Amino acid sequence: MWLYVARRLFLTIPIGLGVTIICFALVYLAPGDPIQSLLPPDASEADKIAIKKAYGLDEPIPVQYVVWLGKALIGDLGKSIQTNRPVIDEVMRAFGNTITIAVISVVLAMGIALVLGIIAAIKVGSWADRLSTAIAVLGISVPTFWLGVVLVIVFSVNLGWLPATGMGEGGSEDFSFLEWESLQYAILPIIAMTLTPLGILMRTTRSTLAEILGQDFIQTLRAKGLSEWQIIVHAIWNGAPQILAMLGLQLGYLVGGSILVETIFTWPGTGFVLNTAILTRDIPLLQGTILVLAMAFVLINLIVDLLQTLVDPRIKRT
Amino acid sequence: MADTNNPTPPKRPLVEVRDLNVNFVSREATVRAVNGVSFDVMPGEVLCIIGESGSGKSVTMRSLMQLHPKKRTRITGSMRVGDHDIMALSDKEMNAVRGRVISMVFQEPMTALDPVYTIGDQIAETVMRHEGVSKAAAMERALELMQMVKVPSPERRLKAYPHELSGGLRQRAMMAVALSCRPALLLADEPTTALDATVQIQVLIVLRKLQEQFGMGVIFVTHDLGVAAQIADKVAVMYAGRIIEYGSVKDVLLKPKHPYTLGLMASTVHGQNRDQDIDAIPGSPPDMRFLAPGCSFAPRCKLAQPECLASFPEPNDHGNGHMSRCFRTAATTPAMEMGIA
Ligand SMILES: Nc1ncnc2c1ncn2[C@@H]1O[C@H](COP(=O)(O)OP(=O)(O)OP(=O)(O)O)[C@@H](O)[C@H]1O
Ligand SMILES: [Mg+2]
Repeated sequence: MWLYVARRLFLTIPIGLGVTIICFALVYLAPGDPIQSLLPPDASEADKIAIKKAYGLDEPIPVQYVVWLGKALIGDLGKSIQTNRPVIDEVMRAFGNTITIAVISVVLAMGIALVLGIIAAIKVGSWADRLSTAIAVLGISVPTFWLGVVLVIVFSVNLGWLPATGMGEGGSEDFSFLEWESLQYAILPIIAMTLTPLGILMRTTRSTLAEILGQDFIQTLRAKGLSEWQIIVHAIWNGAPQILAMLGLQLGYLVGGSILVETIFTWPGTGFVLNTAILTRDIPLLQGTILVLAMAFVLINLIVDLLQTLVDPRIKRT
Repeated sequence: MADTNNPTPPKRPLVEVRDLNVNFVSREATVRAVNGVSFDVMPGEVLCIIGESGSGKSVTMRSLMQLHPKKRTRITGSMRVGDHDIMALSDKEMNAVRGRVISMVFQEPMTALDPVYTIGDQIAETVMRHEGVSKAAAMERALELMQMVKVPSPERRLKAYPHELSGGLRQRAMMAVALSCRPALLLADEPTTALDATVQIQVLIVLRKLQEQFGMGVIFVTHDLGVAAQIADKVAVMYAGRIIEYGSVKDVLLKPKHPYTLGLMASTVHGQNRDQDIDAIPGSPPDMRFLAPGCSFAPRCKLAQPECLASFPEPNDHGNGHMSRCFRTAATTPAMEMGIA
C-alpha cells in the first residue's frame, strides 16, 4: 500500500513538470506583447530593452523557464504587471476564496446526491427516483451563468433577500462563514455552483448503485438475512470508486471552471482573477493562477486515486 | 403449528412444501415457473433436485427464502421450515430466518461474494447479525468455520478478498458463510457446477461431512446425476415446474419410473461432463409462458400416447415413497430394459 502511494506520488512529478511547461509557454502562446501594454505607445527602443531586462525576457527561452521554475518551486511566481504585488499572494488569496465555495458546493451536492440517489436506487420509480431524475436533468441542462443571473434577479433584485455581488464590506479578509453579515454573500454563488455537480453526482450515484444492487452478490447478502440498510452499505462501498472519481472530477471543474459564477457574483476567486489577468494581459498573474489551479487539479486526482485504492482491493496495491 | 411435545415418534419433516405455485407476472406474459410442487425433507436428510435448465429448480429454492422480486411474483401453496410458516412471515421475520434457520450456497462463487469485503468480514457479518456477538467473537467463529470447511491457512484467508482465492476455496468460503449460524436447512444451488471435477469432489465431501455433523437438512440442486448419486438420500426430478418423479436415491436412479428420468440416465451413461449431459434428450423443454394442459414431457416422449396430451397425470405410488407422474409408467421399465426410451 505505502509502496503504491509512493509510486503514485512519484508519477505526479512528470505531470507537474508538464503543467509548468505549458504554463510557462503561455507567455509565448498568448497573443499580444505584455511589454507593450506596460509602456506608452511612443516608448523608445532603449526603454523596451530595459523593461525586458527587468522582467528577464532577454534571456534564451530554456534559461527563462529554468529560472522561472526555480522561483516557482520556492513560491515566487513573480510580480503582477498591473498591481506590482507578488503573484503568489494574489493567487493564494483568490484560491482560498474559490476552494471554500467549491468544496462547500461539492460537499452539498454529494450529500444530497447520496441521499436521493440511494432512495432512488432502492425504489426505482418512486417519488425520490423521479425527483432525483428531475434534478439530474435540470442540473445537467441548465447553464450555470443563466442560473446565476436568474438567482440575482429573483433573490437580490426582486425579493431583496440576499446581496448580489462581492464578499461584503471587509472583502475576503473579514469574511467568515459563521457570520450572517458575510455568509449571505456566499449563498447565491454556492447555489449556482452546486446545481451542475448535484445533477451529475445524483445520476452517477443512482446508476452506480442500481447497477450494483442488480449483481449476484446482493442476493447472497439478502440470503444471509442482512437488513436493507446493511445491503445498501455494501452497495455503497462497491460503488465508492466510481462515485469518488466523479466527485473528484466535479471538484476539479468547480475549482478550475468557476470563471462564470465568480464573474457574475464578482466573487474574488481564481476565476475572477483569471478574467482580470486575461483582460489586462497580466501574464505573470495568468501563469501563476493557471499553475496553481492545475496543481490543485493534479492533487485532487491524486487524492481520489489513493482513496479508490483504499476502498477497492481489486485495484492492485503493490 | 404442530405440537412439538407430541410423544408419537414418527419425526416431523424439517421442510414441508405443499402445492407450491410460482408465477412471474409481467406486462407481456406470465411465466409459470413452478406448478404444484410438494415435497418433504426430514432433518438430516439430503434431497437432490435434478432437471434440465429452466425446469424451476432455482425458483423453488428461492421461494423457500422469499428471495423473489416481490412485485412481479405470485406465490401460492404452503411452505413450512422448522416452526416457520414461510408464507406467513413478515419481511422482518423472514430476515431473521434467512442465514440463521435457512442458508443458501449459490452456483457462482466468483460473483456470489462481495468483492470489496474480506472473507472474514463476510462471515463475521452474518454471525453478528443473527447472534448479536462482538466483532472479535464473530471473527473467532469465522476462523473455526474456515477450518471446518477445510480451507488451508485459514487465518491468512480470513483477511483475503474473494478475488485472491481460487474457485474451490471461494466456494468453501461461501459454505462457511452459509454455515456460520448452524442453519437447520441448507439450500445448495448447483454449488459445484462451476468447479473443476477434482475440486468438485473435495467440496462435496466437505459438504456431506458437515451435513452429517450438524444434522442439517439439505436441498441440493444439480444437473449431474453422478453428484446426486453420491450425496442424495432422496431425489426429486423436475420438469417444466413440476416434480415428475420422487423417491429414495436408489429407487429413482436404479428403477426410474418416468421416461424423462430414464432419458436423463441414458444420456449420462457416457460423458460425465457437467452441463452438457442432460441435453441429450431430443427436443427442448416447453415454453413456461404457454403450458399445455397435458403432460409437459409428452411432445418429447417416445412412449407418449394420445391420452398424455389430454391431462396431467396424477401421482403413481410405487411403494416406499417412490412416486412418478406418468400415464405410461407400466411401459417404462420394459423400455429401459430394451434400451429404447
Ligand atoms: N425473477 C424472474 N422473473 C421472471 N422469470 C423468472 C425469474 N426467475 C426465474 N424465471 C423463469 O423461471 C423459469 C425457471 O427458472 P429456474 O431458474 O428455476 O430454472 P433452473 O431449473 O434453476 O435452471 P438452471 O439449471 O439453468 O439453473 C425459467 O424459465 C426462468 O426464465
Ligand atoms: Mg438454477
